[in-house]
Amino acid sequence: MALAAVALAALTLAAPAADTPDPVADAKAFRNFFVTKFPKVKLEDFVNGPYSMNEGMRRQWEEKEQFPPYEFSLDTGKEMFSRPFKNGKSYADCFPNQGIGVRQNYPYFDTNEGKVITLELALNKCREANGESALSYVRDDMAALTAYMAFTSRGKPFDIKIPDDPRALEAYQNGKRYFYTRRGQLNFSCATCHVQNPGERIRAEILAPALGILNAMPIYRSEWGGMGTISRRFTSCNSQIRGVPLEPQAEEYRDLEYYLSYVSNGLPISGPGSRP
Amino acid sequence: MTDHFPRTLFRTLALTLVIGAAAPFPAARAQSVSEGQRLAFDRGKGNCLTCHEIKGGDLPGTIGPVLRDIKSKYPDRNDLVAILTDETRRNPQTVMPPFGRNRILTEQEINAIVDFLQTL
Ligand code: HEC
Ligand code: HEC
Repeated sequence: MALAAVALAALTLAAPAADTPDPVADAKAFRNFFVTKFPKVKLEDFVNGPYSMNEGMRRQWEEKEQFPPYEFSLDTGKEMFSRPFKNGKSYADCFPNQGIGVRQNYPYFDTNEGKVITLELALNKCREANGESALSYVRDDMAALTAYMAFTSRGKPFDIKIPDDPRALEAYQNGKRYFYTRRGQLNFSCATCHVQNPGERIRAEILAPALGILNAMPIYRSEWGGMGTISRRFTSCNSQIRGVPLEPQAEEYRDLEYYLSYVSNGLPISGPGSRP
Repeated sequence: MTDHFPRTLFRTLALTLVIGAAAPFPAARAQSVSEGQRLAFDRGKGNCLTCHEIKGGDLPGTIGPVLRDIKSKYPDRNDLVAILTDETRRNPQTVMPPFGRNRILTEQEINAIVDFLQTL
């Protein structure tokens, strides 16, 4: 259906028929599209979003990184992560390798539950399994925890797997469809902005390329005056286009994150990031 | 008494016609042009500056072409009405929202914006 809205021929070439998904070919075409469109940008630099697209902005950012605005959140996250729950257990007990240096493996497809598990969801599942209440997906505490976990994975390439399970492939396809489907009164898809127009100005903001777009999450945004999780970014992009955002961590958003992370495989985690 | 009301009505009507004749298009057109500019710049309406540089507007985006010399490029105003109503008919891949089709702007609002575009 709306896969006709798949923005650019370059991206559709590798996936000729919607009924035979080929994630490996997709990811290759996706990467090629951006590398060809921006021959001067180094592959690992795409994770720096708008800064990879604009020299002037990049200089301002590099100066700011001397005293990164996410430092406070990082400290909070580290402290939260090490503090035991009331039952004496801690986050470390819920994750492989005690949760250190694992960010690049999220989201993953859980073949027992038959669904995509993002890092944000895994953190709340961990809390609930240990008798703690869930955190808001769009607020500071979740941003702080994911900032700390991303920090321990800095430089590690995204390594998202699609297990041999038709449900995993379906989740990937759903995420891809969501990404390219135009919606809302303004008739925009995610790809309208982040595939068709990266590097362009939308009002005063420079649009980030979709390749590597999640590697720097969570981010500090001056415009927000604080930190934002992936959930916060997805819902605010949906609201910006006068669309109705989904619930944070709704199935479509998790599938979308699965797709976007998979096609950025091989690019390094750089989070937490800071943005204007 | 009985013919009082109709006579007033007639006088008003005559007055309107006189004004109309004395200042035919310019007044109405000028009003439409300024209304069109307001609608084009209004973030809740056209919000055209998000994507286009337009004379007189601040903080333009670069997604669409600069809007200048519009009258020489599109001498037929119907072409402009069509672009604003639904640019996806000309270019299915376009990112420009279908302002008319999706009822972001009414036909009258589109016409006012087109009057404004023709002054650029
Ligand atoms: C109308 C334009 C528009 C649409 C459509 C849009 N976004 Fe965005 N997006 C932005 C702007 C503007 C920013 C902030 C500048 C930037 O970093 O790109 C942004 C930022 C982001 C970021 C953070 C990138 C970074 O490096 O800071 C992510 C992730 C993102 N968008 C994902 C999405 C997803 C997923 C969708 C679809 C659900 C979407 N966007 C739809 C305009 C848009
Ligand atoms: C989200 C981006 C976006 C918005 C908002 C937008 N446009 Fe456009 N517009 C474009 C793009 C991109 C083009 C280039 C043609 C195409 O894509 O088919 C364009 C083309 C045009 C053209 C033809 C220009 C030429 O030189 O051929 C006109 C006229 C125009 N737009 C007017 C407007 C007006 C008036 C508004 C507001 C009511 C508006 N646009 C809002 C993106 C946008």
